[in-house]
Amino acid sequence: MSHQGQGTGAPLAHRYDGEGEAMTVPVLEARNISKRFPGVVALERVSLCVSPGEILAVVGENGAGKSTLMKILSGALQPDEGEILLDGRRVRFSDPRQALAQGIGIIYQELSVIDTLSVGENVFLGRLPERPGLPGSVDWPRLWRDAARVLERVGVRIDPQWQVRELSVAQKQLVEIARALSQDVRVLILDEPTSSLSLQETERLFEILRGLRAQGVAVIYISHRLEEIFALADRVTVLRDGRVVGTLPIGEATREGLIRMMVGRDLSAYYRAVRSTPGPIRLEVRGLCRSGVLHDVSLRVRGGEIVGLAGLVGAGRTELARCLFGVDPVDRGEIRIDGRLVTIRNPRDAARHGIVLVPEDRKLQGLVLILSVRENVTLPVLAQLGWLGFPSRRAEERITQLFVERLRIRTPSLEQRVMNLSGGNQQKVVLARALATNPKVLILDEPTRGIDVGAKAEVHTLIAELAEAGMGILLISSELPEVLSMSHRVLVMSGGRIVAEFPREEATEEGVLAAATGHQVTV
Amino acid sequence: MDPRAPRQEAVTAEIGQAERTSVWSPVKPGTWGRRVLQRLTGLREFNILVALLVLGLFLSVTTDAFLTTGNLFGVARAFSLTAIVAIGQTMVILTGGIDLSVGSVLALAGLSTGMLLERGAPLPVAVLAGLAVGALVGLVNGLLITRVGLPPFIATLGTLSIGRGLVYVLTKGYPVTVPYDYQAFIWLGQGYIWIVPVPVVIMVVLTILGTIFLGFTTYGRYIYAVGGNPEAARLAGIPVERVRLLVYILCSTLAALAGLILVARLVSAQPSAGLGFELPVIAASIIGGTSLMGGEGTVLGAVLGAAIMGVLENGMVLLGVSTYAQQAVTGTVIILAVALDIWQKRRRARVRRARS
Repeated sequence: MSHQGQGTGAPLAHRYDGEGEAMTVPVLEARNISKRFPGVVALERVSLCVSPGEILAVVGENGAGKSTLMKILSGALQPDEGEILLDGRRVRFSDPRQALAQGIGIIYQELSVIDTLSVGENVFLGRLPERPGLPGSVDWPRLWRDAARVLERVGVRIDPQWQVRELSVAQKQLVEIARALSQDVRVLILDEPTSSLSLQETERLFEILRGLRAQGVAVIYISHRLEEIFALADRVTVLRDGRVVGTLPIGEATREGLIRMMVGRDLSAYYRAVRSTPGPIRLEVRGLCRSGVLHDVSLRVRGGEIVGLAGLVGAGRTELARCLFGVDPVDRGEIRIDGRLVTIRNPRDAARHGIVLVPEDRKLQGLVLILSVRENVTLPVLAQLGWLGFPSRRAEERITQLFVERLRIRTPSLEQRVMNLSGGNQQKVVLARALATNPKVLILDEPTRGIDVGAKAEVHTLIAELAEAGMGILLISSELPEVLSMSHRVLVMSGGRIVAEFPREEATEEGVLAAATGHQVTV
Repeated sequence: MDPRAPRQEAVTAEIGQAERTSVWSPVKPGTWGRRVLQRLTGLREFNILVALLVLGLFLSVTTDAFLTTGNLFGVARAFSLTAIVAIGQTMVILTGGIDLSVGSVLALAGLSTGMLLERGAPLPVAVLAGLAVGALVGLVNGLLITRVGLPPFIATLGTLSIGRGLVYVLTKGYPVTVPYDYQAFIWLGQGYIWIVPVPVVIMVVLTILGTIFLGFTTYGRYIYAVGGNPEAARLAGIPVERVRLLVYILCSTLAALAGLILVARLVSAQPSAGLGFELPVIAASIIGGTSLMGGEGTVLGAVLGAAIMGVLENGMVLLGVSTYAQQAVTGTVIILAVALDIWQKRRRARVRRARS
């Protein structure tokens, strides 16, 4: 099973079609790679290959071994067994520099550009051109010229003289890609490149990757988002528990099939239908304004109702959530909870009135990674758990235990530091903490970003259960299928305004996208 | 009730199974004693304690003078001031800050009390005034940091200079002598409770109080949370600014207390008291395992950090190492302690990465 689609089994690189199997010499091939860490087998006889002008997607749940495999391919780790072949020749990389010198570049999720330098300097970092005869002096005109040429090859219009800090995340990523290409990379590995990109930016990135494919670059693309894989990849390799479950041409793959391969069983409840019926109005917002950010935002969320908030990145969704939760101040507007006007100046006020936010970036905003599960969950309610400022340990444990069970947080103990949990379980800890305050209104900002399919399904189930229990839920998500399937109503934001509202039955991906991009405004 | 529920459970169980083998599992079922031992040996405090015992054993064997009650308590009294201030400094560093002004606060507070006593003020008034001066400087530090938004390093560097300047202005460079009728005050620095010097008793009491505060109270937890991730702490509804204010006030007040003890010990307030004192204090915290990034560290670690520097110094004196070389040894210990910690963390992280 794990040998499917490798070696003489011939990958179907579509550019080298026909009978010409001999022509599809993979540029990079991994054969029977195994990697063990103390006590754990991270990879077990994993094989895959990628041909010039091909995009290979690698999918798998968190912990499936994707990152370890990519680190081995790019030289950051060395395999215990197995071999890597480049152009059919056996190679060994002792560090990423060597891999890069041989033409294998990797773009990590966390960008590694230097904000305070120019685009050009970043592209040629460590290899700045020098003036002939003047070692140590940078040949600036040549740098700008060369950088412009590389950027053009990526197909992006960025002035090499710009400071990188002025660029968007998407543009920074392109600068990294340009840097890799400037070193004649023939295999480009991208690890979850779209996790912080908007829809438009993602589409732009795809165009660029397709362009590189046409130039003969081999691309290995790692993603959680199956939609992207279908839009982009030629073949897909599925990893599970450190083994290759299978490799398929994209034409033979189906969404359900891939999910089944990833989790090892059928997961038809991928998006759980919500069956609660909305009750009385829980949260009412009228005319909320924050200069330059929000313009006259009004909305209502009923008890038991899930209101989806769709829009492009920068449309004002996160900003709205932050204002409702008292993180950022508002200039004007009213917020009512259960009909009562409330003043919210900081997150503590919000929590007291029953609004709680599960923030977008769980590591930066949600969790104190070095504290334990218990300490994270009880953080907002600590003051209520004790007497004279001494919280009761037993009460803390009881509450944490309750949520660990209810949310099915998988942790070896309540005292485990959250940094050691998987992404999905970390997200559940953030949720548990929000729920510990017993909120009336729950604002979820990208609650399933970067977590694997199984954990996603669990989070969806949870959200539905909370709505059924009468909570009002405002769900912000950049994944349209998620918003559409989870919500009773979908609001669309654009330019800091709510520009459209769709009842569940009328919400379609096309309609929401059209409203979000401002092509057509329906109210 | 929900027809979907059982299936969901099954999925959960299966994913759980998969994760159990690959994602986590540091704690293997073992005996209770073994778990406790594992936890202990993983602690920085444990490392220092072992180092301290080894060092003590070495000095007991190589010198006659080390292992005597008089010497041991003398050493403890010598490092007790560093330890007392390191308790406060640790709390500041836990929030991700730093307090460079402790040496100046120590001098200024001691001087305030000394001057009041010189003019015949009642003892309680003089003592409270000295502590209040410390608290006030802490408040100023805290406000500069939380309201004005200055980085802690800059704010306290400023108050370090201002404080020392004030001391010189007030004393014109001359020491202020405490009249000998304030025996109760002098007892603070020179007295004994049974055979234990009073400053050592104060240090022990404060260590216990500090440990309780950080480990068992709401605000203690807030301090760790603010240092671990200020944004997450704020979003969890923690009064982040109040926590920051509090730690600077506590730190300065403890520095003031150390200043009073020093004045009582010397029976005079020296204008140069506590000059450069911030360095051993910060060193004690850091040797004790407090991370300059915030969020990690304990009061006990800081006190042990001060202790190891104190014993080392004493040992070098007893062994006849030159005073000049002593500083270099202290520096080496700081670097070794932190390097060891980083090395241990890296090893643990490697094991953890292996699991994911």
